[in-house]
Amino acid sequence: MELTGAEIIIECLKAEGIDYVFGYPGGAVLHIYDAFYKQDDVQHILVRHEQGATHAADGYARATGKPGVVLVTSGPGATNAVTGIATAYMDSIPMIVITGQVPSHLIGNDAFQEVDSVGITRPIVKHNFLINDVKDMALIFKKAFYVATTGRPGPVVIDIPKDITAEKTEFEYPSKIEMRSYHPTVKGHNGQIRRAIELIKSAQRPMIYSGGGVILGNGSEQLRTFTRSLGYPITQTLMGLGAFPASDPLSLGMLGMHGTYEANMSMHHCDVLIAIGARFDDRVTGSLEKFCPEAKIIHIDVDPASISKNVKVDVPIVGEVAPVLDAINAELAKITEPSNLGAIEKWWAQINEWRAQDCLKYDQNSKIIKPQYVVEELYKATHGDAFVTSDVGQHQMFAAQYYGFDKPRQWINSGGLGTMGFGLPAAMGVQLAHPGEMVACITGESSIQMCIQELSTCKQYSLPLKIINLNNGYMGMVRQWQEFFYEKRYAMSYFDALPDFVALAESYGHVGIKVEKPEDVRPALDEAFKQKDRLVFLDFITDREENVYPMIPTGAGLNEMILV
Amino acid sequence: MVYEADNSEAVEMKHIISILIENEAGALSRVAGLFSARAYNIESLTVAPTDDPSLSRMTLVTSGTDEIVEQVCKQLNKLIDVVKLVNLTDDVHVERELILIKVKAENEARDEVKRIVDIFNGHIIDMTDTTYTLEVTGDSEKIDALLKALEHITMLEVVRSGQLGMGRGAKGMGCKPC
Repeated sequence: MELTGAEIIIECLKAEGIDYVFGYPGGAVLHIYDAFYKQDDVQHILVRHEQGATHAADGYARATGKPGVVLVTSGPGATNAVTGIATAYMDSIPMIVITGQVPSHLIGNDAFQEVDSVGITRPIVKHNFLINDVKDMALIFKKAFYVATTGRPGPVVIDIPKDITAEKTEFEYPSKIEMRSYHPTVKGHNGQIRRAIELIKSAQRPMIYSGGGVILGNGSEQLRTFTRSLGYPITQTLMGLGAFPASDPLSLGMLGMHGTYEANMSMHHCDVLIAIGARFDDRVTGSLEKFCPEAKIIHIDVDPASISKNVKVDVPIVGEVAPVLDAINAELAKITEPSNLGAIEKWWAQINEWRAQDCLKYDQNSKIIKPQYVVEELYKATHGDAFVTSDVGQHQMFAAQYYGFDKPRQWINSGGLGTMGFGLPAAMGVQLAHPGEMVACITGESSIQMCIQELSTCKQYSLPLKIINLNNGYMGMVRQWQEFFYEKRYAMSYFDALPDFVALAESYGHVGIKVEKPEDVRPALDEAFKQKDRLVFLDFITDREENVYPMIPTGAGLNEMILV
Repeated sequence: MVYEADNSEAVEMKHIISILIENEAGALSRVAGLFSARAYNIESLTVAPTDDPSLSRMTLVTSGTDEIVEQVCKQLNKLIDVVKLVNLTDDVHVERELILIKVKAENEARDEVKRIVDIFNGHIIDMTDTTYTLEVTGDSEKIDALLKALEHITMLEVVRSGQLGMGRGAKGMGCKPC
């Protein structure tokens, strides 16, 4: 039977097992919305701004490992989606973004709501397509999903002119796809794996540094086996938290600019660094000249371009984390008597000295609410089981430092692009993916206002999020940098007018609670989580000038931290 | 394992890279965009379809340290449309460039230019009473030498094709078996 382009889109999404599409209608996508109207298999979630659609799809993808799907119209629909596409790109999140386009015959004519979506998104997608013929539709969708979800994942944009969605053709979804130009590496090179194992076995001061790639590649189990069988210390990047349990004594917490003292010192002094699914981001390495000066470096990554990009490595292994670690673990299991036990014991003694520094301590007797305290109490109130999304800034770092993530895909934040406004819409995607679970969005009064309109979406779909607003009246991280590096000239890092967040939440039909005293923090959290079917907006009035410690200033090495 | 001090990485070198890429709209902009986005240097870029019309072949000349050029190649390979990439600089290869020059050719210069074109195995492909249009092919050094030889002649217009390259020997770069 012949189907229209719009109907084919629905069929492709069904064939890929997609249950939700996040979007916003407009002229160029009306045929597609009409096709949505006539079916019940794929549910459309109507957001209030296209940026919200992309972050929601992104949050859904991060929480499930399945690709998130977005549908927006041409012109401003596509440009509004750009921030969310770039956010997904920087964190390698599988996503399909369908953008409507003006009819084929108008392309290039500066038509109403026309924009070169393929051109605009080109540097922030893994790949993009413009469909010129309805006959290509099914194959392009197959390719798009294949490219988005394999290798190093990423967003793929499909731009579809309006006329193509009305034209008809026979529909058949390809069962297999073969692309002569795209062959992601899965298994690691055996010779390299052998070289890595030799280094790992002989290490005197080893360090495991794992990143978001472990979560994306579903390699958490393998990472746990690897780390525990060796008994080596492990630190995780902002994007990697949860892949290895924070509660495990082998975990030294996060590393980098706001990482723990023990993690950064261990990085600096290690002799073998085992980097797994991490990309040596500048927020992790600090000064490249001073980075891990004594270490031989092993780097496991699915993306060959990540290897030796910032830091030259000694043993690169290109492949997916899970199969590579499986191969390494199988070899390690054969070792009965490790030869470096004494050295490892000495190394741990040194690490434990660094640990004793207790770098995450903060004032427990404050009469003002400390943001760290809110996160710690959130952990207790949720027994560490909540999905936590965040926006970007101080609250993001506090969340990463004080909510001990034990499971992969539990911690969802914009690490690469650092997009304020990410947290709330991302939490919507997470809640839709996990309807019965606790989902908290840790945010600040500045970030939350960037996508606040999505509170309306939450009402429409009854998403019982818990919004943890750490309200210090400042763009906290900007203010912190201005305090440290601009002699406290707080240029534009505060708002002279803030909304009454309680009234705002209530006007959207939600519950709002304002919390001003430390002793009220836990009761308010408990009350919020008791309201299982309501969104609760908790406005915590926190210490205005609290800073995130430790901190590595720009240009410093990992051993040159500012401590409390 | 011995790691010797390696000073070569600091040296900027010219590299000639051959790319087979899907002949699709936008393929060229993906390559060009990559260079501007990552602040890589691009000296010349030529592109045209091959005997297989679904494939285009590009020859790209860039310069940088070994490390940067390695990154350039990896990033190019990462583009979904790139089917195959070879850094020709790594192996023996031939390079050719075509130049067209329109020069003033009057009085003594008229014979002088003709002699120079002959020495460089070139041709005069158009003429007027006062001008010649020259065509010369060769590697970049030869083309540079030609321009130097013509320095005292008034050049009205110069266009260079950018380099083309191909590896020497029996092996081909294409998708087809040899």
